Amino acid sequence: MDFKWEIVIEYLPFFMRGLGYTILASLIGFVVGAIIGLVIGMGKSLSNPILRLPFIWYVNVFRGTPLLVQIFLIHFAVMPIFIKPPEPLISLIVALALNSAAYIAEIFRAGINSIDKGQREAAYSLGMSHAQVLRHVILPQAFKRMIPPLGNEFIVLVKDSSLGAVIAAPELFYWGKVAVGSYSRVWEPYLSVAVLYFVVCLVLSYVQSFLERKYATDDQRKKSKKVVRRARGAEGH
Amino acid sequence: MISVKNLKKSFGELEVLKDINVEIQEKEVVVVIGPSGSGKSTFIRCLNRIEDITDGHVYIEGTDISNKKVNINKVRTDVGMVFQQFNLFPHKTVLQNIMLSPMVVRKWKKKEAENKALALLRKVGLEDKAHVYPDSLSGGQKQRVAIARALCMEPKVMLFDEPTSALDPEMVGEVLEVMKQLAQEGMTMIVVTHEMGFAREVGDRVLFMDGGYIVEEAKPEEIFSNPKEERTQAFLSKVL
Ligand SMILES: Nc1ncnc2c1ncn2[C@@H]1O[C@H](COP(=O)(O)OP(=O)(O)OP(=O)(O)O)[C@@H](O)[C@H]1O
Ligand SMILES: [Mg+2]
Repeated sequence: MDFKWEIVIEYLPFFMRGLGYTILASLIGFVVGAIIGLVIGMGKSLSNPILRLPFIWYVNVFRGTPLLVQIFLIHFAVMPIFIKPPEPLISLIVALALNSAAYIAEIFRAGINSIDKGQREAAYSLGMSHAQVLRHVILPQAFKRMIPPLGNEFIVLVKDSSLGAVIAAPELFYWGKVAVGSYSRVWEPYLSVAVLYFVVCLVLSYVQSFLERKYATDDQRKKSKKVVRRARGAEGH
Repeated sequence: MISVKNLKKSFGELEVLKDINVEIQEKEVVVVIGPSGSGKSTFIRCLNRIEDITDGHVYIEGTDISNKKVNINKVRTDVGMVFQQFNLFPHKTVLQNIMLSPMVVRKWKKKEAENKALALLRKVGLEDKAHVYPDSLSGGQKQRVAIARALCMEPKVMLFDEPTSALDPEMVGEVLEVMKQLAQEGMTMIVVTHEMGFAREVGDRVLFMDGGYIVEEAKPEEIFSNPKEERTQAFLSKVL
């Protein structure tokens, strides 16, 4: 097989721009999704079963239907209500945000529920309010446990953002398709795109394990720092 | 100081506390004994409403905490609790564990909380552990920290739910010693325990629970040497 490098080189600027949009859309989608997810996760934990219902169904619906279908519905049915004509990139971001919110809500909930109930009881017995227990006792511990699944979710989101190509959002895979169209060659554009996704995801998984390690040894680290600080203080006297 | 009237507690269909009535005076040390599953933990956990109260009344210094409208967080600042499993906060150092609640709930200044916490650590013999994480402590040390943490809120009464049951035998003594000292200082204490020696030596009164009732209550010397109820006799003959 003769691999035509000139196609790759010619389209590289477009691929890089597409990659920029891929990262942008995934990042905004993830951050907005995390905010919505936090609300949904708290809503799902409400004690009133009626108030809880809409949050439960939000998660059911977004996890129970294909993201591709959600993208079409959002781009062609929902977004035209607000923007005419709908802007593909915005539709993609909205879809990614709403979709990831459902998964992130579950990650938050699972993380919070994974904390031993004795922690909560001890904190309440010391007179803390719900908010204080959450803020000072539950969330700091739950956060560590949420890092791996949140990292996974972000990596999934980066890859899933390639579905934006079907509504012509100018992300990475869209430019791959454009290149295929204009050269009638499949290997070079699609392989280039695949390699770029792969590199990004690889970097992300390294970042993820770095964060994991950083927070896993957090207690250890703080301890040694404190010892150093105290030793320094002692010298001063 | 604490008054329990017709307290009932059910978990779904299962009625665990059937009709509990008891008065506890200031500075009294009340020891709760009884077989496993008799409702001792449930009872003591109703006293700060860590467990919801199904029916009846629990008055803490006149405040009826079975009333959903009372500010239970406020009441809990006066009621310290020590758990079988210690429940220290693993992400905070020993000192931070103790200072957290005085700072966020009582709004003490950091310096003030730290001084008090260090004084309490000295009292339980662990001042050198102030800056380590609970992970690196032995069970007995953890429980002493947990006691210091509860004391830092300056509670008027302390609840202990089997504070030594999760400890290796050689560590039981150091925890009981701290509790004994606390009793001598005049702390009002309610202690669920299987340590009959402690009950005899430190307790002012012993409650024997079985099947969701307080079956018998008496001074320790009476209940241990001359139990009136058959069920008390049967239980004591097994544990003594
Ligand atoms: N959260 C709960 N949900 C359902 N049942 C419970 C719950 N907590 C306790 N129980 C039941 O209530 C009964 C009394 O439990 P409790 O823990 O009060 O007994 P205990 O006297 O403290 O026993 P032990 O000496 O084993 O600690 C037991 O049958 C137990 O299974
Ligand atoms: Mg118990």
